[in-house]
Amino acid sequence: MEKTKRGFAGFVKDNWLVVVTGLLIGAAAVVLSWLGNPKNMGFCIACFERDITGALKFHQAGVVQYFRPEIVGIVLGAMIMAMLRGEWRAQGGSSPITRFILGMLVMIGALVFLGCPLRMVIRIGGGDLNAVIGLAGFIVGILIGVIPLKKGFSLNRAYRQNTLEGLVFPFLLAILFTISLVSDLFAKSTGGPGSMRAPWLIAFGIALVVGALCQRSRLCMAGGIRDVVLFKDFHLVLGFVSILVAVLIGNLITGNFKFGFEGQPVAHTDGVFNFLGMVLVGWGSVLLGGCPLRQLVLAGEGNSDSAVTVLGFMAGAAVSHNFGLASSATGIGSGPVLGVLIAGFAVLLVVSLMNTKRRN
Amino acid sequence: MLDVRGLNCPMPVLAVQREVKANAPKTLEVLADHMTAVYNIQRFASSQGYAVKTEETAEGDYRILLSK
Repeated sequence: MEKTKRGFAGFVKDNWLVVVTGLLIGAAAVVLSWLGNPKNMGFCIACFERDITGALKFHQAGVVQYFRPEIVGIVLGAMIMAMLRGEWRAQGGSSPITRFILGMLVMIGALVFLGCPLRMVIRIGGGDLNAVIGLAGFIVGILIGVIPLKKGFSLNRAYRQNTLEGLVFPFLLAILFTISLVSDLFAKSTGGPGSMRAPWLIAFGIALVVGALCQRSRLCMAGGIRDVVLFKDFHLVLGFVSILVAVLIGNLITGNFKFGFEGQPVAHTDGVFNFLGMVLVGWGSVLLGGCPLRQLVLAGEGNSDSAVTVLGFMAGAAVSHNFGLASSATGIGSGPVLGVLIAGFAVLLVVSLMNTKRRN
Repeated sequence: MLDVRGLNCPMPVLAVQREVKANAPKTLEVLADHMTAVYNIQRFASSQGYAVKTEETAEGDYRILLSK
């Protein structure tokens, strides 16, 4: 039986893994940028899923098309670790179509800001103050999302599925990735962020380790702030802070720290849209039960609901680029960005209300 | 017994929090089906002064016993 008062040794025992995972992800982000990935984008789940969507030609934005090995590595790393630890299980059936739509909205918000919560932290570590505004929006989104959670929100239970259901997504990714390596079937950017890439084997290897560590540590960018609000539990937010510290130190060492709003890599300075985009990401992530990184890890663990969510992210990426919703370094997209963001908030409100059972 | 199987995070630990706030039970048995829920419940229960014991069931789920 475990003791109830844990002290400093207990604190270290409880938190070392999430801190090490955060430090490693931060260091990996710096190294991957140094090896060729875009600056302040060593690791970005939203951007890299968007690039894969482009590689598969679901959107035609020529500067963001590349089958990123990092996404595949994270999913497979999580899958292998979950299997080794006896935690892999095929599970699903918890409001899949709602999760798909939420995934789309989270991606649309992320591409208005230009980054998922992980890249937001990486951007802050590079001195990008636009990302600090994004962080404010992310926190506001989480605070909004926590309200329905407290009132009994749930996307209902998932149930065990046959093994194949949990394996389909990781294997599909692995097969497509292999095709991308051995053929010219998929699109590959020759300019822009999609053309900036670390050597695939190194990127894949690093991502395997990151995926495995994220599976063990349960690192989640949205969960960190959410748990502080709900339970005064700082466990996951330590991972969040660790990433920031590692990226900051790494950028200072490599001379890539640049403080300010203007001229930041793959970023724009429209504060209102940076804020609103990340409100959508924060709120949507809380309803989904985890940030885009966490959804990848869960998909690797056999959770088909998270796999559906990732497909929602990819659909959101396609919509963003096909209809001018995605921002670029020059500013927000030419499409009806504000209207779509407002519609997105309306959808999140309806999902929040319709899935909340009043509790005493 | 609180059955939180199939619920994604943070619903399992929220269910435990609700039960603890509402009834302050001396003992509570929780049935979960993934380790994230188990760890979250363990941390929350410890912070509330509960001793926690976890065992795997024959079906591969986790029975978490909280006691004061």
